[in-house]
Amino acid sequence: MSIESIVRSEFEQVAREQEKVLSGLSDDTVLLDSGLDSLCFAIIVARLEDRLGVDPFTASEDVYFPVTMGDFIKFYQDAAAG
Amino acid sequence: MPPRAEFLRAAIAGSAASLFGRRQTVRLCDMGRALDADVSGANVLLRTSNQLFAALGLIELDGVAARIVIAPPDINPEHLPAIVERAGIETVVSNDPALAIEGVNFARLHLPRPGAAVPSSRKSEWVLFTSGTTGIPKMVAHSLEALTGAIPQATAQDIVWGTFYDTRRYGGLQILLRALLGHASLILSDADESAGDFLERLGRHGVTHLTGTPSHWRRALMSPANAAIHPRYVRLSGEIADQAILDSLKARFPGVPVGHAYASTEAGVGFEVTDGLEGFPASYVGRTDSKRGPVELKVVDGLLHVRSPRTASRYVGSADALIDDGWVNSGDMVELRGERYFFAGRVGGIINVGGLKINPEEVEAVINRHPGVRASRVSGRKNPFTGAVVVAEVVLTDPANDNAGFKEAIMEACRQTLPAHKVPAMLRFVPALELTAGGKLSRSQEGRRA
Repeated sequence: MSIESIVRSEFEQVAREQEKVLSGLSDDTVLLDSGLDSLCFAIIVARLEDRLGVDPFTASEDVYFPVTMGDFIKFYQDAAAG
Repeated sequence: MPPRAEFLRAAIAGSAASLFGRRQTVRLCDMGRALDADVSGANVLLRTSNQLFAALGLIELDGVAARIVIAPPDINPEHLPAIVERAGIETVVSNDPALAIEGVNFARLHLPRPGAAVPSSRKSEWVLFTSGTTGIPKMVAHSLEALTGAIPQATAQDIVWGTFYDTRRYGGLQILLRALLGHASLILSDADESAGDFLERLGRHGVTHLTGTPSHWRRALMSPANAAIHPRYVRLSGEIADQAILDSLKARFPGVPVGHAYASTEAGVGFEVTDGLEGFPASYVGRTDSKRGPVELKVVDGLLHVRSPRTASRYVGSADALIDDGWVNSGDMVELRGERYFFAGRVGGIINVGGLKINPEEVEAVINRHPGVRASRVSGRKNPFTGAVVVAEVVLTDPANDNAGFKEAIMEACRQTLPAHKVPAMLRFVPALELTAGGKLSRSQEGRRA
């Protein structure tokens, strides 16, 4: 599975568990408009750390928070490539 | 210094400020009456459906009611009978009849109408709830004097406060009182409002001073709508402010002072750190100075203790001692590294998820109720979005059940019983749990996981 599909599958899984309706997840979807709340993002990042072995938001030296779905996926892709 | 008004109603006299709710705005010069019933000398539960009515209720009740118990928005209805009994509640004050409690008087709040206020004549006791206990939350008694002790007397005239907190909890109440006493306007969030919509509303009303937990701020930084706000002052409290969030805010708001404050419902407002670094200078411990006011700090067995006129006075309806020789044990663990103390989580394994405290034993009890579970340990795991998330380790009675379906069944039981922030984000089966020499579960500290 590609990093992108792993990330997307976690979004869908957490949305199901938290009974949230995802309003589409294109690359330019603003994360806060995706139907998920902060707790959902927290769970997604924790589970991705277990699956991919990295939490790019904590590991990064740069201070940055993702705004769109595309930002979020790219952060994991960059972390895996780096 | 000029004497501070003794009562909230007197403190807002002459104020031209406004309280901006999502749907309604109240100008304090039009305050008049928002409550027709006479609750003089009564013990009341202030239980409102939004923050604006909570603020109106506090202005009406301070100096009038004997005891004002402020219900947070997420109060568990199952706990209400015990709360009514422990606090001797005689009347529920609310804007919404649906929030009435059977067998208790009900007094309805409305938007202010012209009319003379009931004269303030008594020192009301203010009662707030703590989070992080199992079962019924503890009720903590304050006075208006203690609650407002950290608020500077003289403030600039053109301040507009905004807060991501709820003013029905200690952190948010501090901001409400700062705004009311300083005759400054305040923008209140609404439970049904998205982060983006609230940021746009903050921008529209010209917020200058904005406060929230690190988790609130992380969410704001994820919203394109943060372009709408141009604060002159940014403040964090309620959770550990790490260097990453402090640096992110400094990068997003160049030149704007970013302060993090240490406060809790029991210990009151302790101190504010304005040097842009996480933790706090070791020099804060052991002595007071005029800049930080009459707050003393000491560290005993790694736990921060606070003694000040701003601490709560006692628990209501409980024999537990809150104060020992003037000192309040904050329950916050600190570590000295060089010339600075750093926060190292909560004693007893209490987990702070986005400012809401969770007792691990409450979650363990739910997991352990599941047939097939022998034991469990719940702890916090550091998280960039909410500070921490809840994780669980579970020992099965029969190791053969180690499969995804069984894991999901336990998680589902948690989701059925617990609010979302208490449900483990992850659950792992382990062969055994480490015990301390005393035979208790060994509690790892929050955020210690590398």
